[in-house]
Amino acid sequence: MKAKVHVTLKQGVLDPQGKAVQHALAALGFDGVEGVRQGKFIELELSETDPAKAEAKVEDMCQKLLANMVIEDYRVDILEG
Amino acid sequence: MKTAVIVFPGSNCDRDVQVALRQSMGSEPLMVWHGDASLPDVDLIVVPGGFSYGDYLRSGAMAAQSPVMRDVVAKAEKGVPVLGICNGFQVLTECGLLPGVLMRNAGLKFVCKDVHLRTEVADTAFTGGYSQGQVIRIPVAHHDGNYFADDDTLARLRDENRIAFRYVDGDGEQGNGANPNGSIDDIAGILNETRTVLGLMPHPERLSDPALGGNQGRPMFDGLVAALS
Repeated sequence: MKAKVHVTLKQGVLDPQGKAVQHALAALGFDGVEGVRQGKFIELELSETDPAKAEAKVEDMCQKLLANMVIEDYRVDILEG
Repeated sequence: MKTAVIVFPGSNCDRDVQVALRQSMGSEPLMVWHGDASLPDVDLIVVPGGFSYGDYLRSGAMAAQSPVMRDVVAKAEKGVPVLGICNGFQVLTECGLLPGVLMRNAGLKFVCKDVHLRTEVADTAFTGGYSQGQVIRIPVAHHDGNYFADDDTLARLRDENRIAFRYVDGDGEQGNGANPNGSIDDIAGILNETRTVLGLMPHPERLSDPALGGNQGRPMFDGLVAALS
């Protein structure tokens, strides 16, 4: 079973890297990019076969290590099979 | 006085701190490898600067999970003073001994230069070598020094007088581009609730001998020795 974790900065936390990417896109001529938020993508291979248990375990991992809850949010997607 | 310096893979200011402590104490600090399960009883623990674990995941995040850090946290909770410098500050926020987080510098670049700090709290073991309001010049060298905390945490830090150092200009004034990393409220260093843990981004150990170009970092180590011996 696979888990895909997206870690992103919370709303309201300034993302200077996202801003820099936004400016670079504008400089390349890409119009209409109204915002860029940069984050991390983490893929986990799990031996767990129960999706609910897997999700609970990955949530715990996010809170203890994968995300810094002061400034980051996370989203967990469990892929069966 | 007995001190310990924690050494992680990627620490690079551990020996600078060792030299600064030796100079002020007149004896050798203990260098403790991160993989050790515990450290001996000491009067002061220093978590030094560097790039522990290559800054993987987030600066300080992996080091905060090192075996020895469990004992550092346990000892800190019993009141043993802990000083975290630069990457050490990042590690202390990641392991929960200090609130908030050190984000990427607002200017996105690694900043390595001397800065001026104003001593905001002089009545602690860490800052007793300075006088209240004293402006000192020591270097910063970091990519992730942009201190951030939520509004409630920031209000507590202010109300409880736990902001130990702020970035200022040479005249001791905030603003005028004195803040090198965009940190909230120009914060350069903070204390924990019991004022026994200090984390700061600038490096006192790097200017603690005139041969290094200045010695305004030295009073921090002299003050610790005076307070803790």
